[in-house]
Amino acid sequence: MSSWINENGPLLFLALLDGTVTAFVLALIALGLSLVFGVMRIVNIAHGEFFMLGAVFSWFAFDLTDDPLWGFLLALVLAPALVGGIAVFSDRFILRKIKYHPESTIVATIGLLYVIQSLTLIVFGPEARAVEAPLYFRIQFPWFGYSGYKLIVAGMSALGLLGVWLLMIRSKLGLYMRATQQDLEIAKTYGVPTKKIYAAVFALGGGLAALAGVLVVPIRQADHLMGLEPLLLSFIVVIIGGLGSIRGTIVAAFIIGISDGIISVFYEPTLAKMLATLFVAMVLVLKPSGLYGEEVA
Amino acid sequence: MVKKDLEKVDQASELNLSRRNVLGAGALVAGAGIIGSQMIDPIAGIAHAAGSDAPIKIGFQAHRTGIGALYGRWYERTTNAAVKHINSIGGIAGRPVEIITEDDGTDPKRGADVVEKLATQHKVDFVFGTLFSHVVMGSAPRAGELKIPYFVVSEGYHVASGALNRYVFQPCITDVRAQISAVSGWMFNNLGKNVTIIYPDYAFGYNHRDYASAAAEKHGGKIVAKIAIPPTESSYTRYFVKIPKNTDVIYHVMVGPGVLTFVRELGEHFGPNHPQLFGFIDSLEGVNISSPGLDFLDGSHFWEAMPRYASAADSAGSRFYRNAVGVDNSGASKSDSKDVAAYSHMFGCWETLFAIKEAVEQSGYKSKKDYATLIETMEGFTGFNEGIAHPQGSKAFSGKTHQCYGQQFVSKVGNGKLNVVHKTSIADGMYEPETDYTKQSL
Repeated sequence: MSSWINENGPLLFLALLDGTVTAFVLALIALGLSLVFGVMRIVNIAHGEFFMLGAVFSWFAFDLTDDPLWGFLLALVLAPALVGGIAVFSDRFILRKIKYHPESTIVATIGLLYVIQSLTLIVFGPEARAVEAPLYFRIQFPWFGYSGYKLIVAGMSALGLLGVWLLMIRSKLGLYMRATQQDLEIAKTYGVPTKKIYAAVFALGGGLAALAGVLVVPIRQADHLMGLEPLLLSFIVVIIGGLGSIRGTIVAAFIIGISDGIISVFYEPTLAKMLATLFVAMVLVLKPSGLYGEEVA
Repeated sequence: MVKKDLEKVDQASELNLSRRNVLGAGALVAGAGIIGSQMIDPIAGIAHAAGSDAPIKIGFQAHRTGIGALYGRWYERTTNAAVKHINSIGGIAGRPVEIITEDDGTDPKRGADVVEKLATQHKVDFVFGTLFSHVVMGSAPRAGELKIPYFVVSEGYHVASGALNRYVFQPCITDVRAQISAVSGWMFNNLGKNVTIIYPDYAFGYNHRDYASAAAEKHGGKIVAKIAIPPTESSYTRYFVKIPKNTDVIYHVMVGPGVLTFVRELGEHFGPNHPQLFGFIDSLEGVNISSPGLDFLDGSHFWEAMPRYASAADSAGSRFYRNAVGVDNSGASKSDSKDVAAYSHMFGCWETLFAIKEAVEQSGYKSKKDYATLIETMEGFTGFNEGIAHPQGSKAFSGKTHQCYGQQFVSKVGNGKLNVVHKTSIADGMYEPETDYTKQSL
């Protein structure tokens, strides 16, 4: 046993560390998708593009300021706001026009995905562009080193999650959101401005994805196709966690993040993706509403 | 110093100028021929006129988007610069060159479609320029079916292996097998015997895996681990824990949008006490070597096909080329120092266009009906001499394998740049041909 720990302890530590960072970022991205589904009852296929836009805006902010820290701070404020604005615009002129019809919104958001992707390709170009981290340092553990900025990313994602949780339980907006989620008609009757709530939720979902994009871009690079992977992972997380459940989303993000870390380190990263997909299939068969989802009648 | 060199280059261009005069005279003779033939047969005369004055159309299959976009951008700039120069010295066989570019998205399926579109819709004379090996593998069979000469600038061993067909040539960039054969001896003898190889998980990467293993046997080295990474991966730390502790040298080659992250995470993982690093420049192609987080690379080694940083050892042809493609002395675009060139690959586009020029002019190619003669002429080539047309250096060419062999460089990182420490000979990379395309029917 002790020899196993000696040999594999560092690997397990790295797997947990890497898995935790993945889990926090994933939770932040997936939470946006989950909120949109929970409150608006629509599936936003363009969610990954909001993440990509966050990363791309971050590059523009970095290029504009030519300073990693100021660029990062500017992007941290502006990117979620701009993406939120795009989300409000899409809600007003696309989703509301098709009356949030479930099938139509899937097709409409697929269209939105391509529009955003192609516009980014035209404006930003096809290559991957690097954004410098606002703080760059390396933490040396006895067995290996690790990027200090990745831990900052995990920490800031955790703050983002805490912020959303406080918004949901402490603010009037959160109350309205929960009311709309529980019963749209009754919420309307009680004077909840549901149209505005829909716009706000779509903006919040997009803003969270953009925030994740801003945080992640210094540890990878910005390119116009980077939205696909987080979209797939978010779907996996949201389906496992239960559509619309904040708690479920966070728990599922940790299940996926940590298992991805452990399976990748001890076996193969590709196997981790395969098992995650298999897990989704099993959840859909055995408990279609997800771990924490409401039972769908 | 620089001025002197430019003068040298001017002299070289003058040589070309005199060649233009010769071509001009040739055109006059041809013109006289047309007048003569028109008197006998007006229809044949028109056909002749179209043959001699109409531009030579070369279809350029470019990776404008997708994981090869960075290379694609520089391949396109180099191609345009080469065509500009070729047209300024009288074109190909007196005909101007016209490039028709189509994006294949670095996608094998789209690659085949692009070849077809260039051949059947744009009716180009030749198709050229493909880089990523999986795209070449996907596109080359279509070129063979359409029977159109297809000149790739790809590095993969697929041409010389015999996996493709007689219409496919790689005349101006050395393949991976030859690159590894040439530099791995230096690596095993100077850096260490126990090597872990990290490579992209597709055709090009497998060439590295297989020929590095073969080279290890030859040089008394040992490949202690082989780590494949999907080219679309965005996080690498989890792969680095698989590097065994007894590794003396990490042999790394990576491509795609994540290369900077790959190298940076390698540095984060090991810190200053890393094993020796021997990278193929692909891992850093288009990336500034003094980017934040890359200081750990100081003292490590890279293979380069053509040195990114200019030095006093550069030939006049090499200097002319660097200037013509708009690259400064540190390997970045002259107009944007952040835009670093794919310098170890893009010369292949420049040189291939000159190889096409030579083949067309020697074979007397006029139109598509002359493909057989053109192919046989190129198969008769034995090499190319260093100069403006071949700035990377002289090359040997095998008509059997349709593949060229050139010199390679090993560079060491120091003072935030790459400094050449070893230059191989052409012979270092040569191997026994495994195929003979000339036996295939046309």
